[in-house]
Amino acid sequence: MIGPTHYVVLSALLFSIGLLGVLIKRNAVAVLICIELMLNAVNINLIAFSKYITPTDFIGQIFSIFVITVAAAEVGVGLAIIIAIYRNKLSVDLDEFDWLKW
Amino acid sequence: MVEFAMHNAWLVPLLPAVAFLIIVFLTRPWQKLSSLVCIAGMLGAFYFAALAAYGVFTNEEFTKNSLTYATRWFSMPGLQIDMGIQLDPVSAMMMFMVSLVSSLIFIYATGYMKGDPGYSTFFAYVSLFGASMLGLVLSSNLLQMFIFWELVGLCSYLLIGFFTHKISAREAAKKAFVTCRVADFGLLLGLLSIQIVFGTLNINELSQIIPNFREYTTEGILVLIAVLVFIGPIAKSGQFPLHVWLPDAMEGPTPVSALIHAATMVVAGVYLIGRTMFLFEHVPSVMHLVAVTGAFTALFAATIAVTQREIKKILAYSTVSQLGYMMLALGVGSLTASMFHLWTHAFFKALMFMGAGSVLVALHHKADVWEMGGLVKKMPITAWTFVIGGLAIAGIPPFAGFWSKDEILAVTLSGGHPILFAMAAFTAFLTAFYMWRLIFLAFFGEEKPENHAKESPWNMTIPLIILAIFATVGGLVGTPWNNLWAEWITFSGVHIHPHHGDPNYVVMLGSVVLAVAGIGLAYKLYLQDAQKAKAKELARRYQGLYTLLYNKYYIDEIYLWINHTLVDGSAKMFYLFDLYVVDGIVNGLGAFTKLSGDGLRIFQTGRLQNYVLVFFLGVLVIAVAMAFNNPLPASMVLGGVK
Repeated sequence: MIGPTHYVVLSALLFSIGLLGVLIKRNAVAVLICIELMLNAVNINLIAFSKYITPTDFIGQIFSIFVITVAAAEVGVGLAIIIAIYRNKLSVDLDEFDWLKW
Repeated sequence: MVEFAMHNAWLVPLLPAVAFLIIVFLTRPWQKLSSLVCIAGMLGAFYFAALAAYGVFTNEEFTKNSLTYATRWFSMPGLQIDMGIQLDPVSAMMMFMVSLVSSLIFIYATGYMKGDPGYSTFFAYVSLFGASMLGLVLSSNLLQMFIFWELVGLCSYLLIGFFTHKISAREAAKKAFVTCRVADFGLLLGLLSIQIVFGTLNINELSQIIPNFREYTTEGILVLIAVLVFIGPIAKSGQFPLHVWLPDAMEGPTPVSALIHAATMVVAGVYLIGRTMFLFEHVPSVMHLVAVTGAFTALFAATIAVTQREIKKILAYSTVSQLGYMMLALGVGSLTASMFHLWTHAFFKALMFMGAGSVLVALHHKADVWEMGGLVKKMPITAWTFVIGGLAIAGIPPFAGFWSKDEILAVTLSGGHPILFAMAAFTAFLTAFYMWRLIFLAFFGEEKPENHAKESPWNMTIPLIILAIFATVGGLVGTPWNNLWAEWITFSGVHIHPHHGDPNYVVMLGSVVLAVAGIGLAYKLYLQDAQKAKAKELARRYQGLYTLLYNKYYIDEIYLWINHTLVDGSAKMFYLFDLYVVDGIVNGLGAFTKLSGDGLRIFQTGRLQNYVLVFFLGVLVIAVAMAFNNPLPASMVLGGVK
């Protein structure tokens, strides 16, 4: 029988994979994809808790739709930034994006 | 007209002040016009001053109550300051004398300053100088007087340093200014104390209040105030030990020396003490201090004058010495004698300074009296007027100086100061000696062939002649038999009255004998040609004393030494303190900031993923911390519900 624990473990694994990708991937597009993974892990969590704690209301589901919308916008902005950086640097390698350092 | 002048005495200082403004803003490019404006301003002032003085002297009323017009200058809670004009016999006498002598000096200056590039500027300055002095004399309020006092100091600074291309002139101007500033600080403290203790600075009110000073304060405070007030005149009137600026003030043009040393500036100090006599008369100890300072200064300066070689230096030390006489007279309580000497001294000293200026022009500024000689044939007017001045200062009757000096000697003796009397009498002898040494060396004896002197133009000799007349008859108003002076010159509100008994024939005869002896000694040492070597020989025999006197007791050197060791020394200490302690703290703060910045810089890699790592580690740490403290939200964060 699949219980909340399965969902939570799946979500935690997904989140950890995404986090690892964010931390170690050099390619900026890959990092963006990994951020999507982390967001989806959150969505799974939201829906799972909604289903088991408040089965009659759709609070978690609505929240996850919000998250998806925001994530779409975020990806749009993120890709635009990456393209802008690429035009300057001819590269999407995050290791080279250390301009913030003085 | 007399009435008008008396009730509008404010015109007297105003006219020269207006002349100053006109010259500065309008007529500066035209030299002749500027000097005319200046002389016209001062002659106008003299006209009104003479009329007003006539009105005051012919009206008995003013010996008791002064004629005062004052207006509120500013007021705030607890402090009301008036500004106004106070006319009484003393201020009338002073404004008459100042405007008369100044007019003559200005006329003389048109000849002396001829061809100087700063001609107009000079006349602007002297106008302001005259205006300040007249304002000082007529002030009805001590604060107002202090303002004019400072203005006089400013003008003296500008005029002493008039030849700005000469380093010595600039130094002398600085010295005069700084010395006077030091003392003026004391005076200012004194005035502030008066305001605090008595609540007013109005001279009339103070003269009413101070006799009952015990209702306000103690005797000790009054002594303190009197000493502080006295400090101002010590510098302004060239008393020991702050006399050092006065001989150096010779660096200015000669008319300025005459103006500073005879009519204005230096007598301001004497006048101030005379004005505040209602204060001094209640503190006998300070009066004694004034007397001792005066007598000592008189003797001290006279001994220096004996050995000096420069004609104006001799006159300068003679001024210091005569000012000492005036202080002595004030100190022994005789206002009239002091004011009388101030009056006669103004004439013969202005005369002698301008005579010296005439000589300097003729000899192209060769100032050493030993290099002069026989000038009487080439410049008879200068020489003979100078001789009259010499007779007056030496105290030969009936010339002006005799009567005033004699009166000072008499009051000193009758006031019960035998030691001060002896000092003053010896000074009289020295005065006759050094002044006639100057006259014999410069004007008589054999002519020096290398000097091509010729008499000065009329605009320089006419003032000399007029002053010579005053130096001859100016003292006759105060003879012991018919002392008009003592009747006229009284200060309202002062209670000590000069001891005017019978003429003291012993003192009179004695002072004449001393004067003649001084002149005789000078004649013997410096005129009889064969003996000229004797003077040098005497100087050789008493080499040490001579050098000491010639170098003015090394007072300047002592001040310099004090300056070097104390002032420069402490300055060095403070410099090191600043360098190591103050700068150390400031630099240390900077270094600390930079160092910590450098350290923190290492953590700022600029790489996105490093930041993310730190961020999540932070979240983790917070989560773990919460788990230990409050398990329920922590377990929610860590993703588990029970």
